[in-house]
Amino acid sequence: MAEAAAAPGPLPVVPFLKIPDHGDPYLEGQRCRECGAIFLGERSTCSSCSTRDRIEPHKLASTGTLYVYSIVHRSFPGVEVPYVSAVVDLDGGGTVKGNLINIEPTPEKIQMGMPVEVIFRVAPIKDREGNEYLTYYFQPREV
Amino acid sequence: MSDVYVMGIDMIKFGRFPERSVPQLGAEAALLAFDDAGVAIQDIEALYCGNLMQANAMVGQRILQEIGQTGIAVTNSSNACATGATAFREGWTAIKAGIYDLVLVVGVEQLGKAGLLGGGGGGRGIPKEGLLGSGTMPAVFAEAGMEHSHKYGTTFEQFAKVSVKNHHHSVKNSKSMYQKETPLDMVMNAEMIAYPNTKLMCSVNVDGAAAAVLASERKARELGMGRAVRVKASVLTSDPFTERDLVMPDVNTCTRRAARQAYEMAGVGPQDLDLVELHDCFATAEILHYENLGLCADGEAGKLIDEGETAHGGRIPVNVSGGLLSKGHPLGATGVANIYEVSTHLRGEAGGRQVEGARLGLTHVIGLGSACGIHILEKVA
Repeated sequence: MAEAAAAPGPLPVVPFLKIPDHGDPYLEGQRCRECGAIFLGERSTCSSCSTRDRIEPHKLASTGTLYVYSIVHRSFPGVEVPYVSAVVDLDGGGTVKGNLINIEPTPEKIQMGMPVEVIFRVAPIKDREGNEYLTYYFQPREV
Repeated sequence: MSDVYVMGIDMIKFGRFPERSVPQLGAEAALLAFDDAGVAIQDIEALYCGNLMQANAMVGQRILQEIGQTGIAVTNSSNACATGATAFREGWTAIKAGIYDLVLVVGVEQLGKAGLLGGGGGGRGIPKEGLLGSGTMPAVFAEAGMEHSHKYGTTFEQFAKVSVKNHHHSVKNSKSMYQKETPLDMVMNAEMIAYPNTKLMCSVNVDGAAAAVLASERKARELGMGRAVRVKASVLTSDPFTERDLVMPDVNTCTRRAARQAYEMAGVGPQDLDLVELHDCFATAEILHYENLGLCADGEAGKLIDEGETAHGGRIPVNVSGGLLSKGHPLGATGVANIYEVSTHLRGEAGGRQVEGARLGLTHVIGLGSACGIHILEKVA
């Protein structure tokens, strides 16, 4: 990513995580100017209304609500469990999946519809070349 | 256009056969289907083969090497867990189009103890699994179930009851991977894989194969209609755009669309069905599909399982084979095996698990990503 190359530091864990030279990192969606649909990942034609070349980058909010979750107890070797896999509807549009942290991973503590916020941290693992990655998490939000 | 008939159909007992090859498993099912139909490979004009894990390895042609290389057209299909239904529909389409009168469909898969499926989280950089949520199938379908909980208050216990029911059904199915009762406390206290799906609420990775011989009306009359099953509807849909589909695969909308199209094509409604084999890849999924297929009103799926309406002997028995949860889920074979199950009941040949007087049945599969295949089958004689 151009941003990462310009400023030495962690790489974005996914292309839709943006690390500006100045200011805080954020998640970026792609919005169709014709129908308003919001996607993660670049495209030239809208998946929803099929309009061509009317997609523009759209900065996603850092706050939202928990739509659904699962508490994952069995994963692939090397993946620390349990963790909460969460689908979050961001305020103003866009749905993102990620880990919900800073909450006890039991159904008694996790409420669907609860307010959450997006936070950014350096990921606990590096790639084979030793590069660090900036990732995002969700955590409960006080309202 | 000619109606299409199932003239012969069978499946091998699902299990684990590490010493055998994918083509060998498919060939065994094909020969069983030939014997059931009273035909031979020389009568078959085309082969439609469904297999997922060896999708680039010409499985259909390799099956012919095992049963007779007659030089017929072979089409290999892969469509995730809708692979078998897709192959079946390819055969149906060709007969509908008037191209062939008699075709063979084979669905086959060798999964072994494949462990967790899905969740590659690919792309460059570092692994995303467990960092950006989970893409494993148990978690994905857990989240789909939690959406139902969110909307309607469906409970962990209600999801678990699906697994109790399907394991109970499988006790009378000798072709099922397992034939074991799993009481509610056993299901709920089994190892938690991805809440609310415990290990006993996840389908079983197995090897399996199923095959069908399909015929045009003309050919069916020639062979004899006595045990024929009419294909009243064959529908395949993909997932239309929905708001969260990219991060949370939507298995509901494509099923609802397929069901609507299938009922319309068959000229029937869900109230006319005598039995249903639906895609219970996880216990949570079965609950969603009760509503998606119109077996009950939206929000009433929990009540449906609580009141035993989908159990054998209930108003609309679902997955009397034992379902994917107990019979097993050999991905490419599943969509042909569930047509075998329904056909067997329509023929009155299901033995101890027979749904009495069954005349009309529906089969449903979902391939995540997504594809939905639905078939409606009717007793002829």
